[in-house]
Amino acid sequence: MAKREPKSEGEMTWRDLEIGAIVTEPGNASRYKTGDWRSQRPTYDFKKCIKCALCQIFCPEGCIFQNDDGNFEADMYYCKGCGICARECPTGVITMVEEEE
Amino acid sequence: MADRVGIEVSVALSDAVKQANVDVIAAYPITPQTHIVEHLAELVANGELDAAYIPVESEHSAMSACLGSAATGARTFTATAGQGLELMHEVLYVASSMRLPVVMAVANRALSSPLSVWGDHSDVMAVRDTGWIQIFTENGQEVVDHVFCAFRIAEDNKVLLPVMIHLDGFNLSHVIEPITFPAQSKVDKFLPPNKYPLPLHPDKPVTMGDFAPPIIYTEAKWAQEVNLRASKEIIIKCWQEFANIFGRQYSPVESYHSEKAKVLLLTMGSFSETAMTAIDKMRGEGKDVGLVRLRLWRPFPFDELRRAVENAETLIVLDRALSFGGPGGPVCSEVKAALYGQAKKPKVVSFVAGIGGRDISPSDFEEIINKGIAISEKGSPNEFEIYGVRE
Repeated sequence: MAKREPKSEGEMTWRDLEIGAIVTEPGNASRYKTGDWRSQRPTYDFKKCIKCALCQIFCPEGCIFQNDDGNFEADMYYCKGCGICARECPTGVITMVEEEE
Repeated sequence: MADRVGIEVSVALSDAVKQANVDVIAAYPITPQTHIVEHLAELVANGELDAAYIPVESEHSAMSACLGSAATGARTFTATAGQGLELMHEVLYVASSMRLPVVMAVANRALSSPLSVWGDHSDVMAVRDTGWIQIFTENGQEVVDHVFCAFRIAEDNKVLLPVMIHLDGFNLSHVIEPITFPAQSKVDKFLPPNKYPLPLHPDKPVTMGDFAPPIIYTEAKWAQEVNLRASKEIIIKCWQEFANIFGRQYSPVESYHSEKAKVLLLTMGSFSETAMTAIDKMRGEGKDVGLVRLRLWRPFPFDELRRAVENAETLIVLDRALSFGGPGGPVCSEVKAALYGQAKKPKVVSFVAGIGGRDISPSDFEEIINKGIAISEKGSPNEFEIYGVRE
């Protein structure tokens, strides 16, 4: 809902909102750090990875990408820790562990 | 077209919507609003009105379609009544919160059950807090005039809020009255093209009705409240400009022999004209009575109301709706709230009458006023009086 960058939502007053709280900047949801929601994080044993990309296909957040080594890894800015990738991985690459931060 | 013509008020309203050069109508027929949308559908089908008429499957869809239409910057109209207004309920909040200038005529009708197609104000009171500007009309000419005023107010870029025009079902919607239609050139002068500032457009994408977490929802709601309250000044200015062009003056609170009267009756809607007949008769008999009519229901005209009643000793408020288990008629409880902190204020007596289409005749008004005077002198054990109920 940002009208005048770089005010965060917590700094905005009612006067800073567009009429009807309309959002005029397309795509600004990409700044929303959904990684804050996470209570578990994925860990990887890439030796087992067969590069099938099932984790990427099943990720409801669309935040799993192939890294330079060809392995699939979640972007932790967005990963909500749902664990679907760990459940779907056919070779057991991914293990969910408690988020301790 | 400046001559007076005898015409049914619903049909006149539709002709005024045509004169307002509306782009989109999305509506679902319901008694007693039916003649309005039937006539509009006819005008569009006959090619007399160049607008899109969307025949939707319910009132919820009607208002939803209106939101989409208004969001593109199209001039948008709908009409409903009673149960239809209630079915729209959740979408009404969305229209005002997204600041979309939809105009809607409401042919006020009682709510079920028992089923009643006749008039009262229970439908209005149930949507009181939806954030719409709400204006009451008393006769056919006022209805026609307020079609033009409503679009002008709604689309004013300092307002950008939806507007309800209230007209009593049957008592006003279905009567034939002499109406003066303004010349088209005058309407076009008074009502400039709609210029919604942030319309949906692929070249400049916007998101409307977005998700708001607790950190920003309060700010969004306060912005809406400040805006609705501030609209009062623009509504008053609009009425002044309307008077300059068309010669008929409207105000948030209107008076009838009320300036020095000790006893005042307060009404809303078409029954005000019947009340005037009673007031005339009583004044002819030397009684010190007057009438105050609340035209602007939202935003509530606190200052104007306080000024209108400050010199009276007794204020009798007539409600055409029940607030079940509450402090009395909904209008009266707001009037009391407006006066509570005032040093100089009348005693307020609450009456509920005229619900479900039951008439209030001039002699009924006399009786209500006389009973009200007695109650203000002696007091009453009741929060409010219901008039005319058979015990």
